[in-house]
Amino acid sequence: MVTLRIDGQEVKAREGSTVLEAAQEAGIYIPALCHHESVSPYGACRLCSVEVLRGGRSRVVAACLYPVEEGLEVWTNTERIIEIRRTLMELLLARCPGVKAIQELARQLGVEKTELSQEAEDCILCALCVRVCEEVVGLSALSLVNRGTKRRVATPFFEEPGNCIGCGSCAYICPTGAISMEDVGDTRIIRRWGGEARFKLKKCKVCGYYFAPEIQLEYIRKKAGLPEDYFDVCPNCRE
Amino acid sequence: MKLKSAKELEELRSRIIKERDPQKPSIAVCSGTGCHAWGCAEVTAAFKEELQRQGLDGQVTVKTTGCHGFCERGPLVVIYPQRIFYQRVKPQDVPEIVSKTILQNELIDRLLYTDPSTGQKIAYEHEVPFYKRQKRLVFGSNGLIDPQSIEDYFAIGGYAALAKALFELTSEQVLDEVKRSGLRGRGGGGFPTGRKWETCRNAPGEVKYVICNCDEGDPGAYMDRSLMEGNPHLVLEGMVIGAYAIGAHEGYIYVRNEYPLAVRNAQRAIEQAEEYGLLGEDILGSGFDFSVRINRGGGAFVCGESTALMASLEGRPGEPRAKYIHTAEKGLWNRPTNLNNVETWANVPGIILKGADWYRGLGTEGSKGTKIFSLVGKVNNTGLVEVPMGMTLREIIFDIGGGIRGGRKFKAVQTGGPSGGVIPEEFLDLPVDFDELTKVGSMMGSGGMIVMDEKTCMVDVARYFLGFLEEESCGKCVPCREGIKHMREILTRICEGRGKESDLELLERLSATLADASLCALGSTAPNPVLTTLHYFRDEYEAHIKEKRCPAGVCKELINYYVIEEKCPGCGLCVKNCPTEAIIFKGKKKPVEIDYGKCIKCGTCYDVCRLGAIEVR
Amino acid sequence: MSDSRQSVGLGELSRKVGSVLERYSRDASQLVAILQDIQVEYNWLPKEALEEVSQELGIPLSRVFSVATFFRAFSLRPRGRHLIHVCLGTACHVRGAPRILEQIERQLGIRPGEMTEDLQFSLETVNCVGACALGPVVIVDGDYHGQMTPDRVKEILKKYSKERLGDEAEVG
Repeated sequence: MVTLRIDGQEVKAREGSTVLEAAQEAGIYIPALCHHESVSPYGACRLCSVEVLRGGRSRVVAACLYPVEEGLEVWTNTERIIEIRRTLMELLLARCPGVKAIQELARQLGVEKTELSQEAEDCILCALCVRVCEEVVGLSALSLVNRGTKRRVATPFFEEPGNCIGCGSCAYICPTGAISMEDVGDTRIIRRWGGEARFKLKKCKVCGYYFAPEIQLEYIRKKAGLPEDYFDVCPNCRE
Repeated sequence: MKLKSAKELEELRSRIIKERDPQKPSIAVCSGTGCHAWGCAEVTAAFKEELQRQGLDGQVTVKTTGCHGFCERGPLVVIYPQRIFYQRVKPQDVPEIVSKTILQNELIDRLLYTDPSTGQKIAYEHEVPFYKRQKRLVFGSNGLIDPQSIEDYFAIGGYAALAKALFELTSEQVLDEVKRSGLRGRGGGGFPTGRKWETCRNAPGEVKYVICNCDEGDPGAYMDRSLMEGNPHLVLEGMVIGAYAIGAHEGYIYVRNEYPLAVRNAQRAIEQAEEYGLLGEDILGSGFDFSVRINRGGGAFVCGESTALMASLEGRPGEPRAKYIHTAEKGLWNRPTNLNNVETWANVPGIILKGADWYRGLGTEGSKGTKIFSLVGKVNNTGLVEVPMGMTLREIIFDIGGGIRGGRKFKAVQTGGPSGGVIPEEFLDLPVDFDELTKVGSMMGSGGMIVMDEKTCMVDVARYFLGFLEEESCGKCVPCREGIKHMREILTRICEGRGKESDLELLERLSATLADASLCALGSTAPNPVLTTLHYFRDEYEAHIKEKRCPAGVCKELINYYVIEEKCPGCGLCVKNCPTEAIIFKGKKKPVEIDYGKCIKCGTCYDVCRLGAIEVR
Repeated sequence: MSDSRQSVGLGELSRKVGSVLERYSRDASQLVAILQDIQVEYNWLPKEALEEVSQELGIPLSRVFSVATFFRAFSLRPRGRHLIHVCLGTACHVRGAPRILEQIERQLGIRPGEMTEDLQFSLETVNCVGACALGPVVIVDGDYHGQMTPDRVKEILKKYSKERLGDEAEVG
């Protein structure tokens, strides 16, 4: 365990953890949009920026990536940090003016509107979807494509569904609703970036409920080496 | 032909030197990329043909060498042993050079360099002012060797430093010598090289790597290209010495995709070094193994950043990552990795051979040694110059660079590439080193020096750099990806006459966030060109915003082209070349007229008119 | 999926890609170099080639696609017979490179990243080729043309079109 100070408060943290993790465990709020406990940190939104003092020098770093150390001094709400967060929210607001989650976070951080020129995006390129598909699902159906202002998330060659199995993890983890999922009758529709992918849902032999995409079940079944008829009955009925 | 000891290397060297008669006439044709564009290949072919025709091909050597640096005057030819310097040589000049200079030791006046201040013709390379004031410790050998010949490199003492390191010094002593020398990274960061080596050496882990960063991306800077093309063995030798000091056995040379000749020459150098046992297993019989491979970039400026470069080497997109843990401890494949710039590696053999004390005798207190700069833009003598750290900007730009071309006035010099800033006239007497230029808002960077005159618009310069960075940004983090885009948009509006008073404050606010919150140095230094141009040339910004005027006459929307009637004889040249037929021919001896409804302000008429009858304001 | 591999043309693609992979010992970390060599073969990166690389190296297609779209050197669309690169580095910029680019765009009727309808020319911009003393620089098929001015654009373009006509005349 190491001892550090966050906003003057003494905090104990496990070695190898990050400043953001330490803060969250201590109940100290640091905003973060591209962070989720189920995937590795990325450091793209920069909202978790904090000032750290080390050997008399102050530095702005991303809390989600900065490792804790003994005697570290962290400041999460200095004028410099507040200014950074406000400008970052302005930039995000300019990119995604219609996204509720961004509007709310902006308001929370003191930004109502921005003079910057507006786009009409709903994806903030936090890459949570990419990370969850790679690290949790193990499929890498999505990736970050192009560079700079042309960067976007996409399936290979922008063709849906690629090797996506319709599990919906990306829709679940997306903070802005740029990816959404809807089950309609026997079909699951995943909508993302102006396109959509449709998946046939498996019907439970017992209760008749359409519970998961066939292709997802097949993927799990093969991976876990389960018998062919294993998912003919949904998890609820199997109990 | 593997050399198995230092003694064998020296014996080979003596043999090679003995076989070469220093009095034998030799023609060195500069064959760097610049001179290739000037047509040096045809000049070389012409020499070979002419010598054969005159039956002299056994008695006179023709050597294609690395870049000599005086790129303004290419094709460059140096005749040995006298070291006669010919510039702007064309294939048609070759027969005369052979007959007169080679056979009769006669100089051909029109091919000699003329000193513009004295009007004198200068015959010898070492007397040309451009070269005389330089201290070409690292770069100078380029002109003496054919980069594709390891024997040439042996002949000038190559790999003696490596032999000394392997057999006379321990790896700790090698590291110590580099540390003591005060060598700092030449790629722009200026980090003490010895210290970086030490961190890497001490980092836990058996497998370590050394990398040579030849992803020179600063536009206007081409020192590394010329070094890698012109003397790849010097860089290789430095890398092996470094690997020995650090305890690494594998290395990578990352070369920009846009430098095909550098890739070729480096590849050949590696093959030759392996043949002679200077790379690979049991180097020179010392028991030390080290192998190196070349990877090409894919066309991404951001890959000059060390973590992005390493991502690319791992087969991933060149996205930088946070450097809270140094790459010297966890770099390529999460292993200790020492990355240095081409020029940094090239400095190492000299330090080992002549010692840290010798090296410390050059340069300033904080910046030892020499630095190669690319002096380009509106200067008379464009090219690569190597000078001791501490020489002033004035000396470099005026004494070596020959001042501003076209008789114009110096306005600013831009240093440090897109991470740097502009430096105005009042600071011309600043010594150039790692720390002095930072004090006035710029930085020395990798060595690019772009000279600007009164016809360069500072707002356009800021817009240019932001446009460059917008394209090169990896797009990962919000401040860089979104912030640079907006800053560039604001600057474009200002250049087009649609700027607002509040724009300047907005630029400053965005700059602060980019500087603080960006993931990597591309984003955090992106504001520098804007901030420095704003600081030193605020009046230009205000002219664009308040008066919708571009004082330098550059921003298209704010300028117009006019016919100076007294000077126009109605020759019609501009009429013929105008792409939109916007110039009306009024008959011979009558000035032409511009139809502003059709004029797209391309500037072609201004370029083609030989009588200065078109002006822009 | 393997059935479609046997259809016309893809057998040769498999062979070509396979030999590139062998050249790099099937090392997935050499992905950038592998794609560069494949692009030398085809003058662009066909989708099927990327799929082959993904399959043979066992790396997700999404990663191959990421890398192929990240680096400027790669083109996912066919490119013209003659590649024109206009340098927009700082030294070339202050010497008027944007006007050269505009002139080329006007002459060919295309913008950077595009190809002429007759498939002859592809236009790209590049951020400094290191020939700064000769700026502005335009490179066509690896030939460096320095000290460019807008009025020289027409003659240089003609030179390359003429060469094509020359070839065809010999063959025909």
